[in-house]
Amino acid sequence: MTLNAAPPAPTASVQRPVEVERPGIALHVRNMNIYYGSFLAVQGVSIDFEPNTITALIGPSGCGKSTLLRSLNRMHETLRNARAEGEVILEGENIYAPDADPVRVRRRIGMVFQKANPFPTMSIYDNVVAGLKLNGVNRSKAELDEVVETSLRQAALWEEVKGKIKQSGASLSGGQQQRLCIARAIAMEPEVLLLDEPCSALDPIATLKIEELMQDLVSRYTIIIVTHNMQQAARCSSKTAFMLADEKRVGHLIEYAPTAEIFTKPKEKRTEDYISGRFG
Amino acid sequence: MSAAAPPSKLRPSGLNGDRIFGGIVVACAVFVIFLLVAIIAVLILRSQETLNRYGLDFFTSRTWDPVARSAGEEVLINGRVTTLKEAVPGIFGALPFIYGTVVTSILALLIATPFAVGSAIYVSEYCPRRIGDIISFIIELLVAIPSVAYGVFGFLVLKNIMRDSVSPFLRDTLGNVPILNVFFPKNATILGLDLFTASVVLAVMILPTILAVSREIIRQVPRLQKEGMLALGATKWESIRLAVLPYARSGIVGGAMLGLARGIGETMAVTMTIGNGKLNNITGSLFQSTSSLASAIASQFGEAQAERTYGSAIVELGLVLLIVSSVINLSARVLVGRATRGAD
Amino acid sequence: MAQAQPLQSPAPDFTFTQERARFLRRRASNQVAGGCVMTLTVLSCAILFVLLGYIFVNGISTLFPSVEGSVTFNSDFFLKPPEPLLDGTVGGGVSQAIVGTAMILLVAGIFAVPIGLGTAIYMSEYGRGPLYRILDFTIDLLAGLPSIVIGLFILAALIGDLSVLKVFNNYSGLAGSMALVIIMVPIIARSVEQILKLVPDSLREAGLALGLPKWKVTMRIVLPTVAGGIATGVMLSLARAAGETAPVLLTILGNNFLSTNMLQPMDALPVRIYTYATSGQPDLVPKAWAGTLVLVMVIALISLLVRYATGRKRYDA
Repeated sequence: MTLNAAPPAPTASVQRPVEVERPGIALHVRNMNIYYGSFLAVQGVSIDFEPNTITALIGPSGCGKSTLLRSLNRMHETLRNARAEGEVILEGENIYAPDADPVRVRRRIGMVFQKANPFPTMSIYDNVVAGLKLNGVNRSKAELDEVVETSLRQAALWEEVKGKIKQSGASLSGGQQQRLCIARAIAMEPEVLLLDEPCSALDPIATLKIEELMQDLVSRYTIIIVTHNMQQAARCSSKTAFMLADEKRVGHLIEYAPTAEIFTKPKEKRTEDYISGRFG
Repeated sequence: MSAAAPPSKLRPSGLNGDRIFGGIVVACAVFVIFLLVAIIAVLILRSQETLNRYGLDFFTSRTWDPVARSAGEEVLINGRVTTLKEAVPGIFGALPFIYGTVVTSILALLIATPFAVGSAIYVSEYCPRRIGDIISFIIELLVAIPSVAYGVFGFLVLKNIMRDSVSPFLRDTLGNVPILNVFFPKNATILGLDLFTASVVLAVMILPTILAVSREIIRQVPRLQKEGMLALGATKWESIRLAVLPYARSGIVGGAMLGLARGIGETMAVTMTIGNGKLNNITGSLFQSTSSLASAIASQFGEAQAERTYGSAIVELGLVLLIVSSVINLSARVLVGRATRGAD
Repeated sequence: MAQAQPLQSPAPDFTFTQERARFLRRRASNQVAGGCVMTLTVLSCAILFVLLGYIFVNGISTLFPSVEGSVTFNSDFFLKPPEPLLDGTVGGGVSQAIVGTAMILLVAGIFAVPIGLGTAIYMSEYGRGPLYRILDFTIDLLAGLPSIVIGLFILAALIGDLSVLKVFNNYSGLAGSMALVIIMVPIIARSVEQILKLVPDSLREAGLALGLPKWKVTMRIVLPTVAGGIATGVMLSLARAAGETAPVLLTILGNNFLSTNMLQPMDALPVRIYTYATSGQPDLVPKAWAGTLVLVMVIALISLLVRYATGRKRYDA
């Protein structure tokens, strides 16, 4: 199959083998059906997210990719009448087991949102440790300081804010705020990191910074990113999942394969159509 | 880096904080609802005696005579001399108080509304926005002044002004005008503490309420309406009268009703200016020293504590006040809500 | 003001003079109307100044009497209860009223703030279904109740042998606090609910995504963000409660002596003002003015503090 408007070929950086510093954990999704009230938004999704890998979820608006992402850490159920059926297995345990606590799930599976949402009344320092402190994890001041520096370094923000970490988080630029949110999420040391279109509100330079830091993060985390930007998916991820909504507006997983394959030799025609820009 | 996350089980540990917190919060909500139910229930319970004894006659009887009398005594009830068949703790009819409340509230509304709506028009249509905001801020400060301060002013200052200048002037001029001389009779004795003075004080108190609502409503009239009028050659006043006011009418009425609700329940300022004088033989004169529902409760609650039936009558007055002010309040909110919908 | 010219009349029935006369009439009535509304506005403003003026002038001479030619501060007014003097008049001050007001407000606040907050949190964060709608309606009703009805309720329910529950056998400060709680809770609940609704959901999501339970997100993240607004609502409800006379009169009765026993009749400033003003006694009436001035100034102070506080750092996502 040839493509009419091929995105730039996956760059060499994605092909570089990942040096695993901290073994990530796989996330297995089995037969997920996600409802808003009685409306079925996503149906029958099964997918295995690989550890220490960046997986991209792509698809046109309304295909259910954000809904699926939010179901991976049980965030979607914070909306009224939203529920999910199926299994998501993390290290042998199903996060949707009847006695599983969503609060504890979210401590192990972290999330960064589309629009940066640092806590406005807290300093940069306090933002980073907010998760630890509020969860009652007992740390000495020295340990907290270390966590702050490490998290900010991993989020590629340390150099820019190290002189002003006691200032308000709201005083940073949009891209910096988003990196602060990433630092805040990884300070909790989750096993999996979910990113919901993290760059869509940012300019290209800020976007690039975040894409670069993702490549560093993947050596410690399993990363799943939802993006509407196909070039970004091609640049950053090693595996890609393509979703599409059918005529009843129910989202399905169409294809899941290594990124290089999806973008050069997709197996499904619908995938090819989307990638070549014929719709969406 | 050492693993920092809490033990990696997915099961909840310990007390479920969410459940406890949710329970506390729901308990607060239920408590508030319970309060309202309790208020209504207690008022009904405590007014059993007079509810049973008088029924609806309570509201039509003009005689309020809380003196205990024995069987066989002759008493003036509703204008007729009646012989009592049994001993009574007193004769209780609420009409004088209802009359006092209604007259003061409506008269206050009539006095306050032109000022309030006029100011609302001036502030919204004739003033630049910033000055308009300052002016309405000043006028609305009247709301922050506690009612006892109005009472003090009314009792110590306004009483003299009304008694010495304003009321005699009105009596002497309007006392000769047919129909109006029912309210301002030529031969009235003016003491200064009467329905009229109370109404004036009440008018000042409800003015800011009506102003605030009217101002908001008028501001929300679409510019298109006004501009359409002006483009047809209307003067500014004509555009206000023909385009703005009709559009704003229901909201302004709602604001007036809110003011009315406030006026009905107002206690201290009215108690200190209405005179608390004779209750029987009410005429149409505004210069009578009489009582309102609220002022009766405030001045007689002490004696009512001592005797069951007297107390029951007082509580029933309170029940009337509750029902009337709630009905007016809710209707007002519906009117205002309808007028401001989509604009808030 | 630019005058809109009337459209050219198509019908030739009207003479030029008739049209001109009508135009002049319309312009005149326009100017009269403009003058009227301006007058009404000026008068409305004037009322406030007249009222405050009388209160100030009459009260200041008691608070700052001139003794032997120089102006002194009458601290006795605040520090001493009424003392009978040798010539039969009443000296001293109204300290029992000021202490009483403070105590009643304090106790009322201790109960009203948590209940009001809890209710507001329910409405904003948890409320759904019939309970929410009923509560919404209830708060509106309670907020609109005449305060004397609330005082009457406490009286009829709790005080004395003839009451429904017979909790107190006499008028008491605690009963007064309870009446004020009923007045304050709807005010706090409404204002805090509005504030909480302004907090964007992204803030709550951020907290939840960190693995915090909902109650921690509400108490440790959402509430601190709007702490200033909440303080404002509480202060405003306190200012309103401080000025309430009727419900307090019916429940605490008043007291000439300094009493800190909440289970006995107490005094409060508005009640004392009422009693003194209507007494007709020349030694008491000036004190009523002074008390009024103090009350108005305290309420003004609280309102100004509130305005200053809300003018500062505003919450921004």
